[in-house]
Amino acid sequence: MGSKTTTKDIITLRGSAAIVSEFFGYAANSILYNRGVYPEESFVKVKKYGLSMLLTQDETVKSFITNLNAQLSEWLESGKLQRIVLVIMSKATSEVLERWNFSIETDKEVVEKGEKSDKEIMREIQAIMKQIISSITYLPCLEEPCVFDVLAYTDNDVEVPFTWVESDPKLIENPQMVKLHSFDTKIHKVNTMVSYKNDEWNEE
Amino acid sequence: MDDARETSSSVSLHNTKTPLHKTIPRRKPSMENLDRFIPNRSAMDFDYADYVLTTARKGNKIKGEGSPRKEAYRKGLAELFNMNRPRILACKNKPPVFKTLFPEPTSSVNQGALVKPQRYIPQTSERTLDAPDIGDNYYLNLLDWGSNNVFAIGLGNTLYLWDASDSSTTELFTIDDENGPITSLRWASDGRNLAVGLNNLEVQIWDVVSNRRMRTLRGGHSSRVGSLDWNEHILSTGGMDGVITNNDARISNHIVEKYEGHQLEVCGLNWSSSGQQLASGGNDNLLHIWDHSMATSNSRTQWLHRLDDHTAAVKALAWCPFHSSVLASGGGVGDHHITFWNTHTGACLNSVDTGSQSPNGCTVASATGDETLRFWNVFGIPEVVANPAPKTNLEPFASFSRIR
Repeated sequence: MGSKTTTKDIITLRGSAAIVSEFFGYAANSILYNRGVYPEESFVKVKKYGLSMLLTQDETVKSFITNLNAQLSEWLESGKLQRIVLVIMSKATSEVLERWNFSIETDKEVVEKGEKSDKEIMREIQAIMKQIISSITYLPCLEEPCVFDVLAYTDNDVEVPFTWVESDPKLIENPQMVKLHSFDTKIHKVNTMVSYKNDEWNEE
Repeated sequence: MDDARETSSSVSLHNTKTPLHKTIPRRKPSMENLDRFIPNRSAMDFDYADYVLTTARKGNKIKGEGSPRKEAYRKGLAELFNMNRPRILACKNKPPVFKTLFPEPTSSVNQGALVKPQRYIPQTSERTLDAPDIGDNYYLNLLDWGSNNVFAIGLGNTLYLWDASDSSTTELFTIDDENGPITSLRWASDGRNLAVGLNNLEVQIWDVVSNRRMRTLRGGHSSRVGSLDWNEHILSTGGMDGVITNNDARISNHIVEKYEGHQLEVCGLNWSSSGQQLASGGNDNLLHIWDHSMATSNSRTQWLHRLDDHTAAVKALAWCPFHSSVLASGGGVGDHHITFWNTHTGACLNSVDTGSQSPNGCTVASATGDETLRFWNVFGIPEVVANPAPKTNLEPFASFSRIR
């Protein structure tokens, strides 16, 4: 990470796309661990962003996220990705319980932008990761077994590979929303937000 | 205008025409007149705000003229007509579900999406049952789902029945090695009689309620019977010799008709729901339509249509449930097309390239390993195509609605 700071920090479109999709991979893993979608034992600790991040060891989940990230990178590089949404649904009823929204603002006019160092971006991402981890304090407990899915909001003229289909947005009715920090690579700005089902218990 | 520097309580010689100025507290002695907009977090629609923020940037650069009101109006219209709506995409291959101890009772058909035509087909099978010894032969038809909700499967020399309502498995019979293995099976419409073809060229008819063999049909073929279909009391058998025999299961001299036309193994047989027409698919890539009323006094009956569009073996055949003369046929590895026909005229209505390996058959429960399921919604006929890949023992079964 230090080598970049000696020369001028030019973050390319490709590099920025890589940073964003990598961020999403770690964020998704963190959410899956925190919200108990997969059992804790299936995760392993790695060092990333100056924190101990958890990554799943389950091969199918791993490959799902890897393939996903590859496609997201492609869309990010073309500047056509508007947002990524990770939904958590009840396994039994398919009701959407939580919705993690990562919206992306792309600055397409990229020449030699950004005197922004890698370090600074990492720090911004670290702040978001910490917020995700601490979100457990206010998010309602997910009592039942859950599944997750990932939606990508793209421009209309994007190339859709065979393995992707149109989907409904899977919104939550009357959600509670919490906005988390954002990070910016000067090419892509990622805003994070979580919406969750109103905890009926609180309303009584 | 009052001098901003004066304190609010100062007595001024100005007349009372502007009394308001006195009451407004001026905290900052600044020349600017700052408005304060206090946002209300709970009232904010983040989604919409996000959308407006991200798309507004593009809009400003392109449009030279146009008042903001026009812009907003245009945007409102566009939203109304969904022109600017982004596409929402999801990956077809869904992430796996964390396996729990209890089985899922709900049928996957109920997991319907709210949008009308697309039905969500789960990528993982609802049930997985072991199917050891299943003959890895593409041309045989070793499974069938009866109207009694019992699933019959031929594994090697043994025929098993799996009751879907209580998940119980029973063994109907086991044949000895020199007569077996089982080469085909088909339920009669009453859900009680089951026709089973064996490698010894016989076709046995079993009654599953009394667990007895009712009849054995012999002499119809010179090689194994790989496909069967019932038309009320008539059992049509398709053989590796390319001959299709119509057998009347009630009489002792059971052979009533022979359809000859295929040169290679008949691997797919399907009567239309009206019982008027029989569709047969063979390893010779031909699809024949036979008309039941065309029985002549000669022993040979001519086919109604011979359709040779497919470039590989035709095994999968399904009649449209609401269009009595529409037939769908699926071709094998070299063909990988699903073709739709009008069986009155013999015309090809449509052909869809599935882009991959062949469909496995009309029934949707497929006993082959590791499949990916593809869903085609042409004319509203739901069809599920299973793409088999070689695997040895663990076979997934998927329970969806039947095509027939």
